[in-house]
Amino acid sequence: MINFPILSSIILLPSIGAFFIFFVKANKSKYQSNKYVALFISLANFLLSLYLWYIFDKTSTDFQFVENREWIPGLINYKVGVDGISILFIILTTFITPLCVISVNSTIENRLKDFLIAILLMETLMIGVFCSLDLIIFYLFFEGGLIPMFLIIGIWGGQRRVYSAFKFFLYTLLGSVLMLIAIISIYWMTGTTDVEKLYEIGLETKYQNLLWLAFFSSFAVKTPMWPVHTWLPDAHVEAPTAGSVLLAAILLKMAGYGFIRFSLGLFPSASDYFIPLIFLLSLIAIIYTSLVALMQDDMKKLIAYSSVAHMGFVTLGIFTMTQKGISGSIFQMISHGLVSAALFFSVGVIYERMHTRLINHYGGIVSVMPKYSIVLMIFVLGAIGLPGTSGFIGEFLILLSAFQKSFLVAVIASFGVILAAAYMLWLYKRVIFGKLINENLKNILDLKKSEIIILWSLAIPIIFFGFYPDPLISTTEVSINNLLKIYNSNLEVNLTNSSYE
Amino acid sequence: MNNLNLIFPEIFISLSLMTLLILGVFKKNSATLVYNLSIVSLLILLALIFNLTSTNESYLFNQSYKIDVLSTFMKMLTVGSGILVMFSSSKYLKFKKIFKIEYPILILSAILGMMVMISSNDLIVFYLGLEIQAMSLYVLTSFNRENIFSTESGIKFFVLSALSSGLLLYGCSLIYGFSGTTNFNLISANNLFEAKYGITFGIVFILVGLSFKISAVPFHMWAPDVYQGSPTSVTLFFAILPKIAALAVFIRFLYVPFVNLIDQWQPIIIFLSIASMVFGSVAAIGQRNLKRLAAYSSIGHMGYALAGLAVGTNAGIQSSIVYITIYAVMNVALFSCLLMMRRNEYYYENIEDLSGLSKNHPILSFSLLIILFSLAGIPPLAGFFAKFYIFLAVIEKSMYWLAIIGLLSTVVAAFYYLRIIKVIYFDPLKEKYDTNHQIGLKVTLLISTIFILLYFIYPSVLTNIVLGINII
Repeated sequence: MINFPILSSIILLPSIGAFFIFFVKANKSKYQSNKYVALFISLANFLLSLYLWYIFDKTSTDFQFVENREWIPGLINYKVGVDGISILFIILTTFITPLCVISVNSTIENRLKDFLIAILLMETLMIGVFCSLDLIIFYLFFEGGLIPMFLIIGIWGGQRRVYSAFKFFLYTLLGSVLMLIAIISIYWMTGTTDVEKLYEIGLETKYQNLLWLAFFSSFAVKTPMWPVHTWLPDAHVEAPTAGSVLLAAILLKMAGYGFIRFSLGLFPSASDYFIPLIFLLSLIAIIYTSLVALMQDDMKKLIAYSSVAHMGFVTLGIFTMTQKGISGSIFQMISHGLVSAALFFSVGVIYERMHTRLINHYGGIVSVMPKYSIVLMIFVLGAIGLPGTSGFIGEFLILLSAFQKSFLVAVIASFGVILAAAYMLWLYKRVIFGKLINENLKNILDLKKSEIIILWSLAIPIIFFGFYPDPLISTTEVSINNLLKIYNSNLEVNLTNSSYE
Repeated sequence: MNNLNLIFPEIFISLSLMTLLILGVFKKNSATLVYNLSIVSLLILLALIFNLTSTNESYLFNQSYKIDVLSTFMKMLTVGSGILVMFSSSKYLKFKKIFKIEYPILILSAILGMMVMISSNDLIVFYLGLEIQAMSLYVLTSFNRENIFSTESGIKFFVLSALSSGLLLYGCSLIYGFSGTTNFNLISANNLFEAKYGITFGIVFILVGLSFKISAVPFHMWAPDVYQGSPTSVTLFFAILPKIAALAVFIRFLYVPFVNLIDQWQPIIIFLSIASMVFGSVAAIGQRNLKRLAAYSSIGHMGYALAGLAVGTNAGIQSSIVYITIYAVMNVALFSCLLMMRRNEYYYENIEDLSGLSKNHPILSFSLLIILFSLAGIPPLAGFFAKFYIFLAVIEKSMYWLAIIGLLSTVVAAFYYLRIIKVIYFDPLKEKYDTNHQIGLKVTLLISTIFILLYFIYPSVLTNIVLGINII
């Protein structure tokens, strides 16, 4: 079993499924069977990744299941592997994708086949991002995701879909090309793009700041950090439900993962140098976008802005450079992946019935959709970070370690939690409670079977990890310690070197 | 003693084009026959050149003609794309009522000229090759002589090209005057530093002429009009073959005789490269005609190829050659799609004519999607690797500004490629196009699209060949 390339299988399985669907002739009667193929493939992939988690050795500091093949001789190796940090993101990806496939039933009306292909290809690329241990392979997966996502937003999106798709594509591409330059520069400085080797070698201090900024330009757009977050609300609002879910739950996490894996490990002295910048931008993101979220009258836009605020917590936690902070950030990313996916699915549920996302078109639906109201309550509380939901653990750990770094930063960030409660509860109140004014709402149907499956399979882990966070925390613990060890030792080397100069 | 085996391909194609001309003149209604026979002779030619791949670097005719890996590879590339062009365009020519015997013969003679250019190791031989190809191209441009745009573009191309050839010839004479020889090897052996400025002037004039041939900014003015005016199959020919040949000459000319003067010509190439990359991406934004847009996009792509040449290393040259190869495939694919946009005997060539294509023609629009993303340089398609190798070479020599400007202009360029994709996939449906295309066109599109899509699986197949090209 040792030689079985399990990671490559997890990466490739969805695209094999996509390939299969591509060659099945499109006609009306086959539509359903295509969906079942996609569902089967993505579920199989989820089980495979759970098995991966099961056989994963939590006590080892090394990368596991490493596959290293020569791809372009002397230049690029196809190298993939997982450690405690990346494995959680892989499971998140394989968990969210089947839910997206289930949801297409009701949300996607035309070109179902193409949509399934796009989603499965997207899954391949997203898993690839989290597995790759070579900078160029990482870049390939990271950028390749633009193509399916552009099409998902552009073909199946709402009214302003073209504008949003272009904005999404060009913003991300602009950030990423600078990262490509940095990657090639690293190759010429050290002779390798292998992440593990680069951890050992370390980079010279004088180049680190520029390289860090080049990587930052890409990750900041993708996170998204203030002030380059403006593509996100547009993309979210216009994308179809499954697209928004993929975007919020997984695509945004690529950047957070990138910060942890590359910015911290490869450029310790630069990361140290830029801590104030990150803190400032994170705080602005937390406070400013929370205030903006308060003013939204479009539900999807509100959730999109809340995503920016939540990702602000993530970047804040990562750059506290402590075990607790990073562990909290990863927890927060996973939790946000579940919660934001759930919220977008929930919005999708009522949007599909009423074809409006404006908050003031709703109100009082608790009397007609009781099941929906219960499950939405869980998600809203998860987004606020109420103790007992997964959102709490992450924010708590992040704030705890932020207090160690700086009292002021932590206090300002805590206001974000209050604001989150304000906009989320207000949203809930306006949509669910109050009088049933809109006549059309009286005939609205409660959750269908497929929707119940989707929403509860998200609600259960949100509550479960809120009470029992240990599976996630213990998976990441050793890897984070190892990463911080690399970070600190490289930082020391850099500092002594620069003091000699 | 000259070994004529080495130029047997050139002899073969000259003979076959003369034979075909005689056949065409004396046999009535032989256009189809001549067309097919010229495809056959191109295939034989490809085999003959392939036969030479194992030969070592060797010279002919007092070192004025050179056979090496570079020349063999570039010739194969030229002939190969020539075959694809011929494969895909016969039906188009018939519809346009310009299916005549002269067409394949002119293409053959242009290819002969390019082969001479690619192998030339002497200014005079080089000029001869250039003129053989240019003369054929003048006629090809205005081949649709009843169309006013075609004739206009022919005249325009003729006047400007003649001017640039004049400048080029003037440069040759300057170099001859200051170095006393026209042979590349002898020029490089001479001590050039005594007559540095005279030589530099000569280099500048020759570079102007060559830049005109590959339509690098600021010598690009002819390209959009000529691309748009010529028959589409000729535009396809124009977009690929002359550029391959001119790039080969660029490499030979810069790196054999004048490699020591790199500090003189390097800034010029960098300027040409940056200007082409930026102009090519910005100017294409406003275009509505696909052929015109292809002209601007090819200007931009030439900028990237030149960026590889500006580096001054073998890796740079190799990256440039990889770039032009992938560029050739992408353009063949793009124009095959253009040749498929036919409805009721009329060929459409505006962007809005692609509107909603994806609903009626899913396969065609999927190919276009891949081609356009590849042209934009998005991984994991072939176009990304082309750019990747270029920037790998550029950054090796710490030319960061060139890399940053180049990559930023890819972002701008991505915008107009995306706009076409938007029209294909997001816009409302229009009428169906005809689907009864000739088999050659379909095969060409299929092969090139699969190459672009699956290049990433085994990217070293191309680089391994190109690694054999070591000029310096």
